[in-house]
Amino acid sequence: MCTVCGCSEGEVSIEGHQQHHGHSHDDHQHHHHSHPEEDEHQHSHTDSVVVAEGSNLHFGQGAAHAHAPGLSQSRMVQIEQDILGKNDRYAGQNRQRFDAMNLFALNLVSSPGSGKTSLLTASIEKIKGRCPVAVIEGDQQTANDADRIRATGVEAVQVNTGKGCHLDAHMVGHAMERFTDLSGGILFIENVGNLVCPAAFDLGEAHKVAILSVTEGEDKPLKYPDMFYAADLMVLNKTDLLPYLDFDVGQCIAAAKQVNPDIEVIQVSARSGEGMDDWLSWIEQRRVARIRKRIEQLNSQISLLQEMV
Amino acid sequence: MHEMSICEGIIQVLEEQAASQHYQRVKTVWLEIGPLAMVENDALRFCFDAVTRNSLAEGARLEIIELPGLAWCLECARSVTITKRYDACSECGSYQLQVTQGEELRIKELEVE
Ligand SMILES: Nc1nc2c(ncn2[C@@H]2O[C@H](COP(=O)(O)OP(=O)(O)O)[C@@H](O)[C@H]2O)c(=O)[nH]1
Ligand SMILES: [Mg+2]
Ligand SMILES: [Zn+2]
Ligand SMILES: [Zn+2]
Ligand SMILES: [Zn+2]
Ligand SMILES: [Zn+2]
Repeated sequence: MCTVCGCSEGEVSIEGHQQHHGHSHDDHQHHHHSHPEEDEHQHSHTDSVVVAEGSNLHFGQGAAHAHAPGLSQSRMVQIEQDILGKNDRYAGQNRQRFDAMNLFALNLVSSPGSGKTSLLTASIEKIKGRCPVAVIEGDQQTANDADRIRATGVEAVQVNTGKGCHLDAHMVGHAMERFTDLSGGILFIENVGNLVCPAAFDLGEAHKVAILSVTEGEDKPLKYPDMFYAADLMVLNKTDLLPYLDFDVGQCIAAAKQVNPDIEVIQVSARSGEGMDDWLSWIEQRRVARIRKRIEQLNSQISLLQEMV
Repeated sequence: MHEMSICEGIIQVLEEQAASQHYQRVKTVWLEIGPLAMVENDALRFCFDAVTRNSLAEGARLEIIELPGLAWCLECARSVTITKRYDACSECGSYQLQVTQGEELRIKELEVE
């Protein structure tokens, strides 16, 4: 186990290189990874693994467990523990950190190929220079998407989850250590292409955004209700293809609203640029709303403090 | 596979609790799972056997307690059972339901030694 952060070894990686390869840690107990900004590593943990190569983090499937047979009598223990409680604690730390640096974080979830990376590169071209922008790219393998993001000139960290089918809050916390100062900026987290379990893993984001493309079925929100329930916005992408398909936009929106009456819907084409302004102004409005909420919180804290002096 | 990371989460909790609850081995794990927890019980059992190998829960039995999904219907002003996120009220057909139970995914109890 790593004595710095308590990580054990595994398959997840966070990168900086073009590609990563599988690690074999069979013959050594201590993996080598760098922990830039050591003091920034706020959480202590003894759970999963991080192997870093440059800014590429590999997260693994857990440590080797000691077999410790006991001789005592068996007995019952009531523990009442949420299995995802640990993730939620890391997510809470991420959220605090994002708030403290006024970083607006969005968690983009979708099936593979719905156009998350395309939407991001198109969006970044329009907003970069206005405020710091950075991307955490989640994929099982390859750093291709992080490379696509970096080609736009903004920072990206690739997280390869190995066999893992979602990003978790612990991975995001480690990925955050690799960025320069993003205060006052926007962080996009592109989750692993999967409409199922990313819904269950809070990363500390301000909002989950579900991307659905018109080449998928209108009934996807009904087939994967948890994701559309967890999302605050559905971005319907690839609208440039609508003339060639019999995709029923109204039916799709109705399905999303059936699962989540409060969900907002924006139609875009990352390719043609149609609807991009709606999407970008949604981001801006939500970002400002979040800052306002934080001002309120801080103001009420100040009033409390003032009463004490 | 999502069930795999859930099983790893279970092992983490078991290992964390081992010291404070003074046990070396886990023989049975009781889970409470709601219908909205996004978990396939069969897949979970399969992963549990794989993930517990060489752990303090090697060979442990997995008992799944399936909790019913419940929601408050604003129209009927009463609690009704649901099985899916977007179920309509079984009494009045309304979709104005607030889920009150069904997302549970927790370890309830352990048999240890
Ligand atoms: N026609 C069309 N194709 C798109 C659009 N957005 C993405 N694509 C294509 O869809 C494929 C998958 O896109 P990508 O951004 O890699 O999806 P991701 O897996 O969600 O990140 C690529 O071939 C893109 O060129 C769009 O708005 N219109
Ligand atoms: Mg992508
Ligand atoms: Zn860590
Ligand atoms: Zn470490
Ligand atoms: Zn998963
Ligand atoms: Zn009713």
